[in-house]
Amino acid sequence: MAKIDFSDDSAVVIIGSGAGGGTLANELCQKGIKVIVLEAGALQSSATFINDEWKSFGQIAWLDPRTTSGTWRVAKDFAGLPAWVCKTVGGTTTHWAGASLRLQAHEFKVRTTYGEIKGANLMNWPITLDELTPYYAKAEDKMGVTRTNGIPGLPGNNNFKVMHAGAMKLGYKEVHTGNMAINSFPRDGRAPCLQLGFCFQGCKSGAKWSTLYTELPKAEATGNMELRPESHVSRIEHDDKGKVTGVVYFDKAGKEQRQKARVVCVAGNSIETPRLLLLSASNMFKDGLANSSGQVGRNYMRHMTGSVYAMFKNPVHMYRGTTMAGIIRDEAVHDTKRGFAGGYELETLALGVPFMAAFLNPGGWGADFTEYMDNYTHLAGMWLVGEDMPRETNRVTLNASVKDKWGNAAPNVHYDDHDNDIAMREHAFRQGQRVYEAAGAIKSFRTPPYPSTHNLGTCRMGASAKDSVCNGFGQTHDISNLFISDGSQFTSGGAENPTLTIVTLAIRQADYIAKQMTARAI
Amino acid sequence: MRIFPIESTGHSNAAACGDESGEVPKLDLPLVRREFLKGSGVLVGTLATGSVLALLAPSPVWAVELKTLSKNEGQTLMAMGRVLFPHKKLPDAVYALLAKDLDAKASGDAAAATQLRAGIAALNQVAGGSFATAAPARKLEVVKAMEGQPFFNTVRGQCVTSLYDNDMTFAVLGYPGSSFDKGGYITRGFQDLKWLPAPSREASPQSWAA
Repeated sequence: MAKIDFSDDSAVVIIGSGAGGGTLANELCQKGIKVIVLEAGALQSSATFINDEWKSFGQIAWLDPRTTSGTWRVAKDFAGLPAWVCKTVGGTTTHWAGASLRLQAHEFKVRTTYGEIKGANLMNWPITLDELTPYYAKAEDKMGVTRTNGIPGLPGNNNFKVMHAGAMKLGYKEVHTGNMAINSFPRDGRAPCLQLGFCFQGCKSGAKWSTLYTELPKAEATGNMELRPESHVSRIEHDDKGKVTGVVYFDKAGKEQRQKARVVCVAGNSIETPRLLLLSASNMFKDGLANSSGQVGRNYMRHMTGSVYAMFKNPVHMYRGTTMAGIIRDEAVHDTKRGFAGGYELETLALGVPFMAAFLNPGGWGADFTEYMDNYTHLAGMWLVGEDMPRETNRVTLNASVKDKWGNAAPNVHYDDHDNDIAMREHAFRQGQRVYEAAGAIKSFRTPPYPSTHNLGTCRMGASAKDSVCNGFGQTHDISNLFISDGSQFTSGGAENPTLTIVTLAIRQADYIAKQMTARAI
Repeated sequence: MRIFPIESTGHSNAAACGDESGEVPKLDLPLVRREFLKGSGVLVGTLATGSVLALLAPSPVWAVELKTLSKNEGQTLMAMGRVLFPHKKLPDAVYALLAKDLDAKASGDAAAATQLRAGIAALNQVAGGSFATAAPARKLEVVKAMEGQPFFNTVRGQCVTSLYDNDMTFAVLGYPGSSFDKGGYITRGFQDLKWLPAPSREASPQSWAA
């Protein structure tokens, strides 16, 4: 591994090692660019991951203090845990389920396609699907996405069989085991899926793509990267010309360090990224870095979500096998006849007994609850995930009354469902229940949203510096050597799980940064 | 008498999990002698003979040691746990874990102890003397009337982890827990469901292990 001096101001500093940061690091290193990756979490491996929901949660989840507000159900059920994301090397690519779907063409042009929607801050992306297509192809190849590049789909587990049978009866057409960044056969030096059923707990077979054991070791092998785990960045610094010059972070001993940088890329997921820009406010940038538009932290999106669990006469054993290898895509279209804009996906999902107890019906109790738990082996489950509306008032702000262990203000996550989100969730719940009824369910249950794993939009990209934080390459409008490199860039959410698009944007951003550095523009 | 003390597996003990095998430590069930159990109260019970748990446990008799709450208080919490999450098939030993975990909370925090004791007293008072021995319908009424109160929330919240994150509950509900140490489900029935039509090969391709 490279060793880069604190005073060396020639490297690119990347904050975060997940889908955005980890991918960007490898892409830059492959081009011969020196990179320092500062990751707040500790280093784990497939060997140290744990097939136990609560123990794993304690090992890899982001548990620093956070607060919530707004009318969303998560604020009531999980007031201190707005998001289920990770603090570990590899970030949330350790926890993600592997679903890798491209956004649809119209989802980059939501303002044009959906028109004006009251209470929604819709804006077209400054880039199109056509521009991203070659990068999507690179990302799919890199990640080994099934049903691309000649990679076969995963074999369907029992939970998928139930979804599939119901979907066929309802007449759904696009139903299969998904486009998954999980090896159906050995590939890229990684093993095939062992159908462990613990995708969310860090993949112990290494079949699921994670930057932890793909991008980061590849970056390290170039000799251009220094990875510093347990390094929590608290501030980005700048000079009197308004260019960023480096970052201040707390190392694993709790000691404050200052790392110089030529370029700083922020990839801390959509809550920490805007929080860091806001925490870095200075005399020159009183409202936080890159915030002349006032949009930093705003337009927080978390996807319309919900789950349906259904009870059957016969056993299902949904916990066996790949958690999310099963999808119905027919509802992902934009079709306003359903009473809402945008679309959603129905994807298989299973929880173990401990998390089923925690998430099936938060706050619930009594015989209705225990009947589902008693029939655990006879349950099938699916997750509903669709486009939610960006709203200026849904936002990440600093909560001065709650501090993290380094004394910095904790983030508050405010979210109110838009009427469009509510209408979509109602439709998705109904369709999910119909799928299971068609497969013979005795009864089914509408499980409210889990803490958010798809956090998006809080540093949105746009054509104009007036109403967006960064341009189509993630470069902030205000500070040319400061980049946004994660899902915070998303101008709108799309119906699809966002990781593939985050990786795609990171590959494209690496090309741009390299050219800008060569041209001495940054 | 041969009995075993029940321990909760706990949530934070990641370090105890095996790196190589991926094995997650199971409930340790050592045999101890009754006279070694001390503390403010001891909850004792037996597992039904012939139950799945009796086969797993070294002895049909179990015991939980309380450090702050009395035996009576512990039994009242167990009874409340059973009203909140009425699983006919779960043995009292699982509900004793709830009492044990709440006792631990009370031992570490005086305010929590006060809240629990006041809540238990209220349960008994509203039930007309003894909540634990009240009729099932009466118990449900009493608990329902307390819904949303801090004491209720404390006990209900603790149930989520105390009742559902232990090997006895896993065994009763049919959840096998960790799978990597057993080779996953690739050859152990991940697609053994036969009561519905099989998906096409296009929708669900053959496994690499087939």
